[in-house]
Amino acid sequence: MSLDLSVLAGEAVYLVAFGLLALGIFALIAHGNLMKKVIGLTIFQTAVILFFVATSAKWQATLPIVPEAGAAGPAAGYMNPLPHALMLTAIVVMVATLGVALALLVRLHRRYGSFEEDDLLDRVE
Amino acid sequence: MIRHHLPALLVVVPLGTGLALPLLATLSSRLAWPATVAAGAITAALAVAGVFQVLAGGPVHYAVGGWPPPWGIELVLDPLSAFVAAVVAAVSTCSLAYAGGLDDPALRGRLGGGPALCLLLLAAMMGIVVTGDLFNLFVFLEVAALATYALIGAGGGRALLASFRYVILGSLGASFYLLGVGLLYALTGTLNMADLAARLPAAEASRLVPVAVGLIVMGLGIKMGVAPLHGWLPDAYTYAPPAVVALLAPVATKVAAYALARILFSVLGVSFVLDASVLGGALAWLGAGSILVGGIMALRQDDLRRLLAYSSVSQMGYIVLGIGLATANSLAGAYLHILNHALMKGCLFFVAGAAAQRLGGTALADLRRMHRLMPVTTACLVVAALSMVGIPPAGGFFSKWYLLLGAVESGHWVFAGVILAGGLLAVVYMFRVLEHVCLEPRAADDHGGGHARVGRKDASPAVLLPLVVLAVGIVAAGIFNASIVNGLLRLAASVGVG
Amino acid sequence: MIGGHDSVIVQTAVRLLLPWIRIFGLYVLFHGHSSPGGGFQGGVIFAASYIVLGLALGRRELERCAPERATLQWAAVGALVFFGVGVAALVGGGALLDYGSLPLPVPEGPALRAFGVLLIEIGVFLAVAASLTLIFVRLAKVAEEESA
Repeated sequence: MSLDLSVLAGEAVYLVAFGLLALGIFALIAHGNLMKKVIGLTIFQTAVILFFVATSAKWQATLPIVPEAGAAGPAAGYMNPLPHALMLTAIVVMVATLGVALALLVRLHRRYGSFEEDDLLDRVE
Repeated sequence: MIRHHLPALLVVVPLGTGLALPLLATLSSRLAWPATVAAGAITAALAVAGVFQVLAGGPVHYAVGGWPPPWGIELVLDPLSAFVAAVVAAVSTCSLAYAGGLDDPALRGRLGGGPALCLLLLAAMMGIVVTGDLFNLFVFLEVAALATYALIGAGGGRALLASFRYVILGSLGASFYLLGVGLLYALTGTLNMADLAARLPAAEASRLVPVAVGLIVMGLGIKMGVAPLHGWLPDAYTYAPPAVVALLAPVATKVAAYALARILFSVLGVSFVLDASVLGGALAWLGAGSILVGGIMALRQDDLRRLLAYSSVSQMGYIVLGIGLATANSLAGAYLHILNHALMKGCLFFVAGAAAQRLGGTALADLRRMHRLMPVTTACLVVAALSMVGIPPAGGFFSKWYLLLGAVESGHWVFAGVILAGGLLAVVYMFRVLEHVCLEPRAADDHGGGHARVGRKDASPAVLLPLVVLAVGIVAAGIFNASIVNGLLRLAASVGVG
Repeated sequence: MIGGHDSVIVQTAVRLLLPWIRIFGLYVLFHGHSSPGGGFQGGVIFAASYIVLGLALGRRELERCAPERATLQWAAVGALVFFGVGVAALVGGGALLDYGSLPLPVPEGPALRAFGVLLIEIGVFLAVAASLTLIFVRLAKVAEEESA
């Protein structure tokens, strides 16, 4: 049985994206430290963004910017700009979520003095 | 012009006011809450006008930016979205008035941040309801979630941990939803709901579709708080500031349920839900499980707000069960329950907050003598409890009736039994609350400080007014349920059901 | 972090670099329509200038350059600029955010739309720069209160 590795040439980026997804979820679940959970969540969200952006790339395609009106070529020669625009919004959401999570963590640390989930559950009681 | 731009105005009014509040607060910090309530009231009036507009003239489509769909984002007001928009806006206005009257110290701030976040939440919820684009739905879901994280965290102490848990779970759910939408976009090339519905049958054979739909359902399920994805809900509703829970509990999870119904019936179609996949059955079983799990957990609680939180999980189960059964009657029941639950849970959480302010705590033991000290509040509590239990003419009876009809006529006797069992559980835990409220404390407890006085100390008028409005609404929803169902919900339930 | 960096070299280098970082942020903003860039990217770079200022020169200096209340107001102004452009399009006769119907003395068609996009990008820039700076300022403040 021979492996046809050429299929990986175009799909490698999707494998990386799903690998990061798994890594992010693992970090989210396996660590008891809240800061590491936040990092895992960020990795997960970044992986989703990477997946989306990867769908917009095409072989030997150029930037979807037309220098003057009417000079556009066939659509297959340009990268798809829509996922990029969508993912900008998703990145903003990710940054805002990170900001809120960090603010909560800083306050938790100020109040209870620890980032470890077990310690916090004990001290909060 | 207002008629033409109505779908956009539903989002624009609360959003603009919320963004302007920090600037307004520099003029006078006393303007913040009145401006918030005014914006809510205008939105509610627009939403109700939208209902009548849709009933008279058919669905309203609005192309944002002037770009026609599928290139641009489309806002749609059809019977279902107009109904849910009206419910969300009206109940939220009562919650905003309640929050302003309660004057919670957690939301007080010189910079006007608390009311601004509440308005952002309202704007985002309206956006979720009127949008016709899948990615736009994600954006509004996240705006609502971010406002919610901050509002819950304002409670301090245990609320910080509860909010953090919601941050993790909520962001995870939203990312699942985004991944599902991404898969559907990669498959069909469109994000517009109507266009996707047209293109999906051609792509249905692909293995991506079940994965994408599963991810979307899981993501929305976390936002809805249906068991077993409800882990964030009890802590969040228990420890958040009372004003915040009053805003969240009636409507925040319902808009996620609306989004699920919209995607299931307008995009995927009923035949996909019931025949081509296990989705309908799975949702029905999830809903049934949620009813029982929420109800049983509610029995064991000693704190009123935690009890109501588990009760909310249980009641969300009814809505999910109705969506999963996907018959005309069960959908009408599920949508009617969105209205009824918003009214009665809102009323109950308003009571809990008012009791916390006057009686010092929300443990069930703290509620003794409430019927003497806070008679109007207790009357509203009784009305809401009757609705929860399902006694006509309070509205809760009718939504459970339609759900029961739907379960019976599609032959699912197990679900009919679960609906009845859920009602029984509600009887037990609501009467437990009423027992604590209406009983006199034993003589040995009588030498506590404030409870020794039998003088009335009801909530302030600013708090009582929205409470009474909701209680009246519960009864009105019950009395007029036939006209609501036949006039509006039959149309809503026929979306995609054919 | 709260007290700034000890080394004079770092502090001087940061003081010299700040204007260039900000100019680059503005450059990224204005070239967003024809190269990678735009409001959010430019805003992040601009906010990075304030964060570097706080890290190197200390919280007092940061508080002097970016007072909390003013920064929140800038964020609100930025968001309202975006919002205002959208509503102006509504008032001008088109749909919400329809830049082709803005009531501005710019020739109709692609030029007006491009100008409308530039206006909202400026709004996004202000909002993002102010918000990210504000997040950093607030977190630094809480951290300082904790160690005090």
